[in-house]
Amino acid sequence: MSADAAVIDVKGLCKSFDGRRVVDEVTIRVGRGRICGFLGPNGSGKTTTIRMLCGLLKPDSGTGTCLGFDITREAGEIKRRAGYMTQRFSLYEDLSIRENLDFMARVYAVPDRRRAVEAALERLGLQPRAGRLAGQLSGGWKQRLALAACLLHEPQLLLLDEPTAGVDPKARREFWDQIHDLAASGITVLVSTHYMDEAERCHELAYIAYGKLLVTGTAEQVVSRSGLATWTVSGEGLFDLAQELRHQTDVAMVVPFGNVLHVSGVDAAALERAIARYGGRPGLQWRRSEPGLEDAFIHFMEDVREAHR
Amino acid sequence: MSAFSWHRFIAVLVKEFVQMRRDRLTFAMMVGIPIIQLVLFGFAINADPRALPAAVLSADNSVFSRSFVRAVENSGYFRVVSRIETQREAERLLAEGKVQFVISVPENFSRKLVRGERPVLLVEADATDPAATSNALAALLTLNQTALARDLGGSLAHLQNGPPPFELRVHRRYNPEGITQYNIVPGLIGVVLTMTMIMMTALAMTRERERGTMENLLATPVRPIEVMTGKIVPYIIVGYIQVIIILAAAKLLFSVPIVGSLALLSVVLIVFIAANLAVGFTFSTLARNQMQAMQMTFFFFLPSMLLSGFMFPFRGMPEWAQWLGEVLPLTHFLRILRGILLKGNEVAEILPSLWPIVAFLLVAAAVALRRYRETLD
Ligand SMILES: Nc1ncnc2c1ncn2[C@@H]1O[C@H](COP(=O)(O)OP(=O)(O)OP(=O)(O)O)[C@@H](O)[C@H]1O
Ligand SMILES: [Mg+2]
Repeated sequence: MSADAAVIDVKGLCKSFDGRRVVDEVTIRVGRGRICGFLGPNGSGKTTTIRMLCGLLKPDSGTGTCLGFDITREAGEIKRRAGYMTQRFSLYEDLSIRENLDFMARVYAVPDRRRAVEAALERLGLQPRAGRLAGQLSGGWKQRLALAACLLHEPQLLLLDEPTAGVDPKARREFWDQIHDLAASGITVLVSTHYMDEAERCHELAYIAYGKLLVTGTAEQVVSRSGLATWTVSGEGLFDLAQELRHQTDVAMVVPFGNVLHVSGVDAAALERAIARYGGRPGLQWRRSEPGLEDAFIHFMEDVREAHR
Repeated sequence: MSAFSWHRFIAVLVKEFVQMRRDRLTFAMMVGIPIIQLVLFGFAINADPRALPAAVLSADNSVFSRSFVRAVENSGYFRVVSRIETQREAERLLAEGKVQFVISVPENFSRKLVRGERPVLLVEADATDPAATSNALAALLTLNQTALARDLGGSLAHLQNGPPPFELRVHRRYNPEGITQYNIVPGLIGVVLTMTMIMMTALAMTRERERGTMENLLATPVRPIEVMTGKIVPYIIVGYIQVIIILAAAKLLFSVPIVGSLALLSVVLIVFIAANLAVGFTFSTLARNQMQAMQMTFFFFLPSMLLSGFMFPFRGMPEWAQWLGEVLPLTHFLRILRGILLKGNEVAEILPSLWPIVAFLLVAAAVALRRYRETLD
């Protein structure tokens, strides 16, 4: 992939609300046909960043392009070619499903509007209920409708803000299959999510916390960059063990996952020494394992939180 | 569960107070609107207008006619603003509403008066708004007894006895029977349009913001002018339906004469409706929620209602209130409305009232477009 083909290419984006920096020097590059997962804790600035990418908010500083258009000066061109799915349902609850799609198709001057709308309804499986008001749909169905609406004009760039929040697993899988199909056809996707399994389905990840972009790269790169070493332990008395482990300075995180504990530390050797003390306890099985994405993210987040104090 | 729990009641009560305090604008309005009402009702409104503009058309420049005009002015109800030469000028001034009265002194007035022939002095009044003229006319009708008392001495003293030395004839133009409905019912068109047009547009945009649909709308390529016009046109149609209903009622229920051209009226309507919609649109860019939009509407509507000459005679108000009234589109629209419907005004006569509405429209639309944000900040 050549460097100038990046569809999203922004540098040093900053945004403050009421004097508080909520997006701080964010730099993102996403190449054509790539799916970039945008992750970060609540209030970390994901939505704000996405809004700046599609011209809904003016960055205080920083520059960049989406689809080759300047994000501050040519927002209109970006809007025409990008599809933005808002985190909060923002179609008209007092319009029917078909009327909503019809409105969006008209606004984007979709050629052969009627057919496009019917096709979208069919893909959604909503044709029999197309006359129902959007406000009466369940949360998950609203999400699906919103996605269909922002795909109507065949955008080249998709900006999806938590598109699968509240969507059931099967619909979620279908959604991701669709995203991969779209990416294969050359569409670029930036998708924010809080689900780790979804993060793993992205080509690359960007992790933001407290407005700062902490890591970018593939899932493996992110995990290895965290430098974490992880052990899993199963057996009896895990609750008490967890309490004890948390007091160890070389143990960075102790996270229960069902019947096992994930014990992680930054320094593999020190971690090994620390848990060696418990190695002899009867009924405990220790195993060296790979840290997960979630471990990595939580570790990153705690790191910046320390720095913020 | 008890039927009424103090805890739950207090919980709701406290929440309401917190919300009320947070909405500064609402709070300001709750204090501001009574103050405005106090000022308007207390200082601006006067049901007994004085110093009404009058023109004198005198074909007889004599001591008697001058004395009469002086007496008329001394009554306090009249203020002679122009002296004219021809009946045509008189017609024009009345039609345009520049003067409320034209006092015509006939040729040979003094000669006939001296001969005891009791000449006729004609006073034409613009009676479209009977409330504005009735007190003045009542005062006028006592003048023929007293106006010339000082001039009729010596050999003319005998004219003071018996019937008044001249006859005063009053023509109530445009509304000879002084029917209040002739004035109020057409005026309602303006009032109803002001209320609904401003409120509807103010709410239409704030609703987008309050329901969160604004974010989606802004993310589409739609331009501010497209949103504005697209939202405004449906209400223009609603406005026309309202006008048709009121006009039909005026004609059928109240027998209001419709003298002028309805085609001309419908052209003026577009301008007036657009001006109000632009105000509504401006409000919608300022208001953060529908409640605030409603309050701003009321904030505009109240002075429109009171200072435009709809409820109270325009010329009865002090000068500052008249200046405020002159800014409001309803004031000018009411003049046009009465002009077309009751006086049969043509384009030339309504132009002086039309351009202020156009100017208002341009300013309001410019503000609305400037305030409309294409971003969420
Ligand atoms: N319009 C606004 N005015 C003031 N502060 C805002 C505004 N929008 C966002 N913020 C603040 O900016 C910060 C980042 O918000 P943002 O919505 O971008 O977070 P997010 O990463 O999308 O969170 P989530 O995962 O919960 O959706 C938050 O602290 C939020 O309170
Ligand atoms: Mg968000």
